[in-house]
Amino acid sequence: MKQWKRFKNSYFLHSFKRDRVAIVSFVVLLTLILLSILAPVIAPHNPYDTTTIDIMNAEMPPSWMEDGNPDFVLGTDIQGRDLLSTMLYGLRLSVMIGCGAVFLQAIIGIFIGMISGYAGGKVDAFLMRIADVQLSFSTLMVAIMISAIFQVAFGVGRYEQLAVPLLVLIIGLAEWPQYARTVRASVLGEKNKEYVEAARVIGLSSKRIRWRHILPNTMSPVLVISTIQVANAVMSEAALSFLGLGMPVTKPSLGSLINSGFEYIFSGSWWITLFPGILLVVFVLVINLLGDWLRDVLNPKLYKG
Amino acid sequence: MFAFAVRRITQAIIVMLVIGLLGFSIKQKIGDPVRDIVGVSVSVAERDALREELGLNDPFLAQYVRFIKNAVHGDLGMSFFFKRPTLEVILSKAPATLELVFASSLIIILLSIPLGIYTAINPRNLPSRIIMGGSIVGVSIPVFLTAIILIYIFAVELHWLPSYGRGETVNVWGWESGFLTLDGLKHLILPSIALSSIMLPLFIRLIRSEMMETLETEYVKFAWAKGLSRRRIWFLHAFKNTLLPVITVGGVQLGILIAYTILTETVFQWQGMGFMFLEAVERSDTSLLVAYIIVVGALFVVVNTIVDLIYGLVNPTIRITGRK
Repeated sequence: MKQWKRFKNSYFLHSFKRDRVAIVSFVVLLTLILLSILAPVIAPHNPYDTTTIDIMNAEMPPSWMEDGNPDFVLGTDIQGRDLLSTMLYGLRLSVMIGCGAVFLQAIIGIFIGMISGYAGGKVDAFLMRIADVQLSFSTLMVAIMISAIFQVAFGVGRYEQLAVPLLVLIIGLAEWPQYARTVRASVLGEKNKEYVEAARVIGLSSKRIRWRHILPNTMSPVLVISTIQVANAVMSEAALSFLGLGMPVTKPSLGSLINSGFEYIFSGSWWITLFPGILLVVFVLVINLLGDWLRDVLNPKLYKG
Repeated sequence: MFAFAVRRITQAIIVMLVIGLLGFSIKQKIGDPVRDIVGVSVSVAERDALREELGLNDPFLAQYVRFIKNAVHGDLGMSFFFKRPTLEVILSKAPATLELVFASSLIIILLSIPLGIYTAINPRNLPSRIIMGGSIVGVSIPVFLTAIILIYIFAVELHWLPSYGRGETVNVWGWESGFLTLDGLKHLILPSIALSSIMLPLFIRLIRSEMMETLETEYVKFAWAKGLSRRRIWFLHAFKNTLLPVITVGGVQLGILIAYTILTETVFQWQGMGFMFLEAVERSDTSLLVAYIIVVGALFVVVNTIVDLIYGLVNPTIRITGRK
């Protein structure tokens, strides 16, 4: 109760209530996440259930157009699946993979950043060089490379079976340097402050100082980049799936849906590409807007560049 | 400066060796060089003989050293699909990709500098807010979606521009160029716009924030106090100092464009390196895949090293802080 009161009077909530863009994006984001979690309940059809799919329904336009079927509000895709349901399930996959990947990169990045910043010296120089080199290759390139290698190593069939955990792993491995650099920068700022010295004087172990004292104080920049990183991870997942290195067509994410629709855009079936595309853009956009707002409010010293 | 250059170049070589090690282990673990040469319909005994002859039973380190030696001589192995040296295949595809990257960088530079300066000078007026709003929307649209939308509007609906391929090309000293024919240029428009769409918002934001930072500095305030004309302060004094970080970050970002060419080339079936890479993945052409990783890795390392050296040249503090 007390915490709630503190939250109610905080600057954080105050500035949130004054920023219309933040409110709208938050509401949209919440709705999209709810929709994706509840996809099995609200979706009118089950796109994974092959017995209910009829190929005769393929490429039906949205219901308000000619030849539209009121059964399929946004039309159907090339396999005769209801587009709206497939999109909801796809969004669910994208959100799952995005959050999983960010969780993984946060764990790797915070761990490495903490060691690097606290230890300093040679260890720091070595770890940060690795991070720099990997970043200079761009996260998308690294992700594409790793997934290409995985796909050749596992074979297409097995890769598609394991697609979700593999994508989490790939995107997690590709983007950890962002976290490592951010955490390191704030650890460097914190470690010479008086409270750390005080803790050291009391005789606490350096492990305890690192994880219980310094870590909580590095959390606000981590929070800021986490929002942007979710957007990035969702984009990376979409890009990989679009290239055929991600989710298979039988279990499409938004990226693979766009990819499957692209082949039919020349015959005029624009809806298979457009609707999943809009959903993806809106999802990523609201996260980016929220991230921008969060950065302005918390105003941490972020690693530039 | 000399010590700095030596250190940076040594580091670049180490990075290249590590990339080589990665590429080599991928080849060892996944690829089968014997299959690459003879195909699948050859007896086991003959395979083993060939394996011994190629030195594939040597220790890992010996093979790695041989691999690096060959790589330095420009031999990155044979492509299983093309039956040609991989480097030759990649180099024959490189002009297409480089032309695409060049055209997009041109669009990015020509648009981002004026827009970035404009939004920095007038941070609060309506056009600036539209540009900044547009840039955050632009960041959120994946490059392949932009490409598809462009194709749908300009190729499928309006029939103004071609939707795939490079069109007519002219061979200039072994360089297949699409710049010199009208058809080639027409084919270039949509892909280069699509490719630049991902970086343009980032560059506008970068130039804007750097410019705004410079406008806050003491020497600019002094220039105002001195009564210099607005144009002179903005374009001569402030912009010059904005350019430095923009060049360094920009150089690296333009290297990153190579990653996005994979996406753009897939959508437009642009016969460049990225398109070839995805085909290699589909065909499990391990040698070609590894060769691509090494070539692109080398490209990144070279670009980054050059950018760092330029930065060290114009900004001495970086050389000193790096020394410790």
